[in-house]
Amino acid sequence: MNAKIKKLLVAGLATALVSACGESKKGDSKQETALNTDAASKVYVAPGKHDEFYLFTSGGFSGQVGVYGLPSGRLFREIPVFSQDPETGYGYNEETKPMLQTSYGFVPWGDAHHPKLSQTDGKHDGRWLFINENNTPRIARIDLTTFETVEIIEIPNAGGNHSSPYVTQNTEYVFAGTRFSVPIPQKDVPIDSYKENFKGTLSFIKVEKESGDMSLAFQILVPGYDYDLATGGKGPSHGWAFFSTYNTEQGYTLKEKTASQNDKDYVAAVNWKKAEEYIAQGKYQEWDVEYYNNEYDEEKHMATSKVEKKVKVLIPAECPGLIYYLPTPKSPHGIDVDPSGKYIVASGKLSADVTVHSFEKIQEAIENGDIIGEVDGIPVLNPEKTVVGVVKSGGLGPLHTEFDDKGYAYTSFFISSEIVKWKLGTWEVVDRIPTYYSIGHLCVPGGGSMHPWGKYVIALNKITKDRYLPTGPELTQSAQLIDISGEKMELLLDFPTVGEPHYAQAIPAEILAPRSKKVFKLEDNKHPYAVKSEAEARVERKGNEVHVYMTTIRSHFSPDFIEGVKVGDVVYFHVTNLEQDWDIPHGFAVMGANNAELLIMPGQTETLRWEPKKAGVYPFYCSDFCSALHQEMQGYIRVSEKGSNVPLKWGLGESKEEK
Amino acid sequence: MKRHFILTIAAMTLGLLMFACGGQEENTAQNNEPPQSMLADEEPAENEAPDPMTVKGVGPVQSIELGEIDPAMAEEGKMLFESKCSACHKIGEEYIGPDLKGVTARRAPEWIMNMILNPENMVKEDPIAKELFAKFNGTPMANQGLTEEEARKILEYFRTQE
Repeated sequence: MNAKIKKLLVAGLATALVSACGESKKGDSKQETALNTDAASKVYVAPGKHDEFYLFTSGGFSGQVGVYGLPSGRLFREIPVFSQDPETGYGYNEETKPMLQTSYGFVPWGDAHHPKLSQTDGKHDGRWLFINENNTPRIARIDLTTFETVEIIEIPNAGGNHSSPYVTQNTEYVFAGTRFSVPIPQKDVPIDSYKENFKGTLSFIKVEKESGDMSLAFQILVPGYDYDLATGGKGPSHGWAFFSTYNTEQGYTLKEKTASQNDKDYVAAVNWKKAEEYIAQGKYQEWDVEYYNNEYDEEKHMATSKVEKKVKVLIPAECPGLIYYLPTPKSPHGIDVDPSGKYIVASGKLSADVTVHSFEKIQEAIENGDIIGEVDGIPVLNPEKTVVGVVKSGGLGPLHTEFDDKGYAYTSFFISSEIVKWKLGTWEVVDRIPTYYSIGHLCVPGGGSMHPWGKYVIALNKITKDRYLPTGPELTQSAQLIDISGEKMELLLDFPTVGEPHYAQAIPAEILAPRSKKVFKLEDNKHPYAVKSEAEARVERKGNEVHVYMTTIRSHFSPDFIEGVKVGDVVYFHVTNLEQDWDIPHGFAVMGANNAELLIMPGQTETLRWEPKKAGVYPFYCSDFCSALHQEMQGYIRVSEKGSNVPLKWGLGESKEEK
Repeated sequence: MKRHFILTIAAMTLGLLMFACGGQEENTAQNNEPPQSMLADEEPAENEAPDPMTVKGVGPVQSIELGEIDPAMAEEGKMLFESKCSACHKIGEEYIGPDLKGVTARRAPEWIMNMILNPENMVKEDPIAKELFAKFNGTPMANQGLTEEEARKILEYFRTQE
């Protein structure tokens, strides 16, 4: 969650913490109660047994994605996405460096927020996971057969890619709105000219049906508000997208105050099928931009960057029926559509109540012209005609809502630090449970889709305080697993998370696990520097570049000795792992490397660039324990002074020389 | 949190390693005993090791019929051998693993294919494979994920290398 809200609510938060910490003493006895019941057995996954769900958590400022099992809360993997990862070499090796290229140059870090699973017919299909980067606006796609990041697309004309990346019912699009308005197109203007010059955009990224390939289809230029979160319509509302906004006051300084003046901000309702019609009719402007689209080829084991130069922009004033504003109290944060697609639930974060708009009533209001104003050609609908219900929660600071498959909604409350369960249609609160502490997002497996699996809700908390053993000033972030299968919510488990878990999505393991890839087939390896047998292993010099075509198999490198490299050379170790057995990666580490190690999966080729600076003999070795003779898996590279005449020579057992 | 996690993993790995090393020593010790003596306790009547050409090993291949050598199949087997096996095996020379020259005269065809297709269990359960595993310092025979058909082609290639 953004720092702004933390600041804005600091007083309330302090109060909440004091009271929450107070409650935790009481909570201890509650926990004992929990332990007296069968909570432990509900989360116990016996050694060697598998979890029922995968949980994908955003790593927040770590830039990555965490992969956990539910109900155990065990961490399986951290998928590198927007940040370099020395553990796997992601963003350091030559193959993946292009993934982090942007129009601002190489960006080694990102702020990852909302993981979203791909959908078919409104159901999570387990093909891809999308996640946004807020700081340097980008969206990544992760292939869920390899759990690797395979594409990152930059979003031009954007600042703060926060209301992103929301998925339509059949993954036709992922879409994204700008949390920070900026001059669009960028220009050098006084900051106090905000109202005149600053704009937002809503971007629709087309996802190719078979390959998943992303491309920016169009953008909608919108008034300079802060577009906070979004959601896709479904069922009857399929074809629409909804974005929450705050700062309709258009403040640019002291925003915690200036952006909180209006009683109501807006929910933007966008008819993207209409947008497609306008695009087809050519009613767009084509703008010059520059943005990167980086794709990882799973056969070449290599990423390439493409620079795009054009974008189609729709201007609402020129496109009637494209977008409407729904007045909604009070700086709405989360915006969520229920599984039936009928209700659009907006949580005004400075309010106690949750506002529910009806899709049907929105359509009637549009038809009847129930319009109370207009902003830059965008009609503002009469909220009295669109709001179908208000949840009188009794809580403070509602943020996000997820749904189960029995007609109930679960809303997180940051300030009052709790989850409130309420009934769709009657809007009555039926249960509430405290969270420890200060919940942000929450997750029901299948969340955001038409088919939730309503067994658990996971609270994604901002603050842990006294909840775990202290680790100095910096404490872990955390999640809490809550059983929602019964009438009353029941806390089962706390578990720590990597980075800040803004949002998470969970999917039954039976959908994903059978699709998980075990090895990359050596015969499919199309890496230009791959060597598929030891006979081809060699060293080649091209000017001051030395290319080592190296293989690994338990438990040796070929070659394992190399001579004839000189100071001033740039050495590229292209290492192919010849193994074809599951869970037998090899590592490659060379002394003095200024980047990272390589971690090469079976059948894969990866490249480490190494620039020796001093003459000498340097060891290299396998850094991932691979066999009983792993310690023997090492070799030497000799570096001679610049201008020396040591011939290029290499080998494994026997020696070969450059012809 | 992350560092903590790595430490945990490190500790667990260390634990596993110690376990694995222990296990290996045990195997080595067992394998230093001649296989006959192990059999001797249970079956005193039979005090000679079985003819290796009758041992089929452990794995999916129960029985195969060999006809005339098929040169095209042997050629495909040679290519597979070079890409998937030659990092550890040579013909006519002991390398990381045993010299494979004349292997079809020393081992049953089923044993050879099972060794290719099911190395993890072979080195644990088959007495000959266990002995070889010990002799080659516990170097694992990598499972290269070959199909039965591919293993059969490699066998055909071995038949040309008597």
